[in-house]
Amino acid sequence: MNTFSNNDSAHERLIRHLVTDLIPVRRLQPPSVRALAWLAAVVATAVALALIADLPALGRRLIAAPDMWLAVTGSAATAILATFAAFELSLPDAPRTWALLPLPAALMWIVASGVGCLRAWFVPGTHAADLNEARDCLIFIVGLSVPLSALLIIMLRRACPLHPKLTALIAGLSSAAAAATLLNLFHPFDAAATDLAVHVVAVAIVIVANRAFSGRLLTTNFSRSGVTRAMPRSN
Amino acid sequence: MQFYEGAVLPRGSFPCRPATVGVIVAAPSWLRQAERRVDHVQAQDAGADLRRSAWMAAAQAGDGAAYQALLRECIPIIKSVARRRGISADRIDDVVQDVLLTIHRGRQTYDPSRSFTAWLSVIAERRAIDLLRRIRRQDAREVHAPLALENHADEAADPARGLAQAEATGAVARALASLPPHQREAVQRLVLDERSLADAAALTRRTKGSLKVNLHRGLKALRGRIASGG
Repeated sequence: MNTFSNNDSAHERLIRHLVTDLIPVRRLQPPSVRALAWLAAVVATAVALALIADLPALGRRLIAAPDMWLAVTGSAATAILATFAAFELSLPDAPRTWALLPLPAALMWIVASGVGCLRAWFVPGTHAADLNEARDCLIFIVGLSVPLSALLIIMLRRACPLHPKLTALIAGLSSAAAAATLLNLFHPFDAAATDLAVHVVAVAIVIVANRAFSGRLLTTNFSRSGVTRAMPRSN
Repeated sequence: MQFYEGAVLPRGSFPCRPATVGVIVAAPSWLRQAERRVDHVQAQDAGADLRRSAWMAAAQAGDGAAYQALLRECIPIIKSVARRRGISADRIDDVVQDVLLTIHRGRQTYDPSRSFTAWLSVIAERRAIDLLRRIRRQDAREVHAPLALENHADEAADPARGLAQAEATGAVARALASLPPHQREAVQRLVLDERSLADAAALTRRTKGSLKVNLHRGLKALRGRIASGG
């Protein structure tokens, strides 16, 4: 009986803390709307980059290698689906299975890039990226992913993800896929084996860095609130 | 819920139009009563859910009273979900606190057009599953070895601690001895002997008021003397 009353008073104490801590909040838009807002920022970046990109070269390349469409569509679809999944995962009542949403598109992206890579091996005269170009690709993907990830994490922090590391991982996939899609504007050659490996490394760096740093940011947001510090334990 | 010939069917799940079934036996009176009871409970639940949604909407706007009432109503729902998920009785309160914190932290994500009870139940389920995972991970890491625990040397043990403690006790005793007799008596009886005010008053033949005043002055003087190292 005593235990029950102790626990009940612990809950009462916590409720009092929470009520004291209560401030009016602005209701969040649905996750799909917030995802579209982030994707709009990506589209704005794409438009800005298209102004300085060599678009005719891109057009010629897409006509010469139609499977490039598949790779670009795959990376763009991965970015879009991962964004929707990340915003859904940021809700406290979302199931973890949302993380599976971008996987089919990611698979398509990987397979189509692999096909492009094989063509670079078998078709004579295909321009393959040298080490300098590959390094530029790495810098472009990682460099563009940083601001995109930062914006995405700021937006995700406004919600309340119960699985912050998984949410950050999917957010990383989203940023990396968006950056890899935009890279095509400045990529006047096919993805050869070295180039593809560099892309994979760049995307992996972005995803792992997001999981490590942004995951902590999202966790910090949850566990270091003033209320949590003052939280009385029931036992 | 509708009762037909003793079978319970959720609304809208009737496999074909009742007219094509043929004869439907009229439900007996106890079944009709049960049906009315179920409808009543569902109506009550729906009413409670609407009330909770309204409370949460008010809490989002900063209404503390609505928020307090809502959180209190959440506790039995969370406990029931946690119990259903197989959380042991001694851990249910951990789930309650986790869920209350999650509601607080994620209150801006709630959409008042949706059922609050359903939202809460899903969060409670997720927190309960998280706790079960944590327990499983902890159990895999820990071993039950009471003898090893008993035999383990305390690395933080400090042989000089006893000496320091004796010195501190001596300082307090000296400071106490230097107090005027009435104050020393009050501190001795009420603080060191842990007697009640009435007991101490009977023992020392002084009034309670006098004891209280002397205790207050005595403690103040002690504090001053110990702080100045005397």
